[in-house]
Amino acid sequence: MERGEAKSKKAGGPPRLCCICNERRPVLKRPKTLQQICRECFYEVFEEEIHQAIVNNGLFKSGERVAIGASGGKDSTVLAYVLSELNRRYSYGLDLFLLSIDEGITGYRDDSLETVKRNELQYGLPLQILSYKDLYGWTMDDIVKMIGLKNNCTFCGVFRRQALDRGAALLKVDKLVTGHNADDIAETVLLNILRGDIARLSRCTSITTGEDGPIPRCKPFKYTYEKEIVIYPFCCFKSSLDYFSTECIYSPNAYRGFAREFIKDLERLRPRAILDIIKSGEDFRIATTTKMPEQGTCERCGYISSQKWCKACVLLDGLNRGLPKMGIGRARGGGVNGGDHKKETKAGSTVKTLESKQCGSLDF
Amino acid sequence: MQLTLEFGGGLELLCDSEKIHKVNVDLPNGVQELTMKDLLSWVRTNVIKERPEMFIKGDTVRPGVLVLVNDCDWELSGQLETTIEDKDVIVFISTLHGG
Repeated sequence: MERGEAKSKKAGGPPRLCCICNERRPVLKRPKTLQQICRECFYEVFEEEIHQAIVNNGLFKSGERVAIGASGGKDSTVLAYVLSELNRRYSYGLDLFLLSIDEGITGYRDDSLETVKRNELQYGLPLQILSYKDLYGWTMDDIVKMIGLKNNCTFCGVFRRQALDRGAALLKVDKLVTGHNADDIAETVLLNILRGDIARLSRCTSITTGEDGPIPRCKPFKYTYEKEIVIYPFCCFKSSLDYFSTECIYSPNAYRGFAREFIKDLERLRPRAILDIIKSGEDFRIATTTKMPEQGTCERCGYISSQKWCKACVLLDGLNRGLPKMGIGRARGGGVNGGDHKKETKAGSTVKTLESKQCGSLDF
Repeated sequence: MQLTLEFGGGLELLCDSEKIHKVNVDLPNGVQELTMKDLLSWVRTNVIKERPEMFIKGDTVRPGVLVLVNDCDWELSGQLETTIEDKDVIVFISTLHGG
């Protein structure tokens, strides 16, 4: 593809060459380093940096069975491709699987699952699909019909986290990997600050989480910019990197959207800000006098939880009883977890009632 | 001039689900060269059929939308100042969706 090869599009100034090889025409300005880089050097450095993130953080051990949370979207498709490439190239010795969750969102998930099924064939990775319908008896479409268009992501996220763990247990894998990228993690740091969620803030920048729970999970893309994940398939010209890309129809009302807008604006002014926010998140130290939720297990299903019942059970109970607001927002007593934890909060007090915190699920 | 515009990452939904548009753009009156800035407002008027705020914010693309001019990041060629020539291929990809 040599279109426009000879044309230099710079507005003034001589045409520059790739910072790394000094031979080829640059196609991208890396947000991470502000380097101008050509196609070949880009995909080399992209793959190499992920390899370094994996090795330096000791993400995997040889012989491990690893499930890749695959949604058919850009991050998980690139993750599946790069991970199987690196596994081969550097002999990680991993047994890789694809794990997909069908939330039952018509017109969104059914389409993206087609991509994952294609990936199963293209990369030769066995695929397991679990659905909310089978696990919980409710599809997201059913849930939204009952609860309306607010708090959809709360239900979906909580259920999905558990669903991934169940799927991982079914596949008997040792670890789960997800395609969360640097932008996602920076957004989460901001979200947790905006919500005052100290428990999550302390966990959300870890590259591996949940080592003390059922299935540890890691995020090899923690330091990878979303922009680069999007450009990578372009540079590779691999048809197997064709992914499904639409916004979930229920997402426009999600709170995360505000953090995302802000991060994107920040990135435009100072691209390094995204990694800097993650670094700040890593450097937070919680005062030892701060009360943190204690980790236990859910009385109903045995899942990891900091409350009597895990969030999924609370939400499910609410749905089944036709009380869709249960488990959403600050609990005012009543419900399984509400009763004994009520504390008087004086104006200005920073001790918040524990039951209003999301349960101690494995990561953000 | 004849241009090829490509929309990806969900942006195609704003243009009747057409990913590729071959268009003919006339230079604004009295102008010698077409810049990306001119092209953007042309696209907004003539190609985007709904929810323009998903594509444009103020003078430029919404943050999170990548622009490639002839397979090259427009950040390298001056962003809005990039000059567009006949037969150029411009790609707009949105990064703002689930992964």
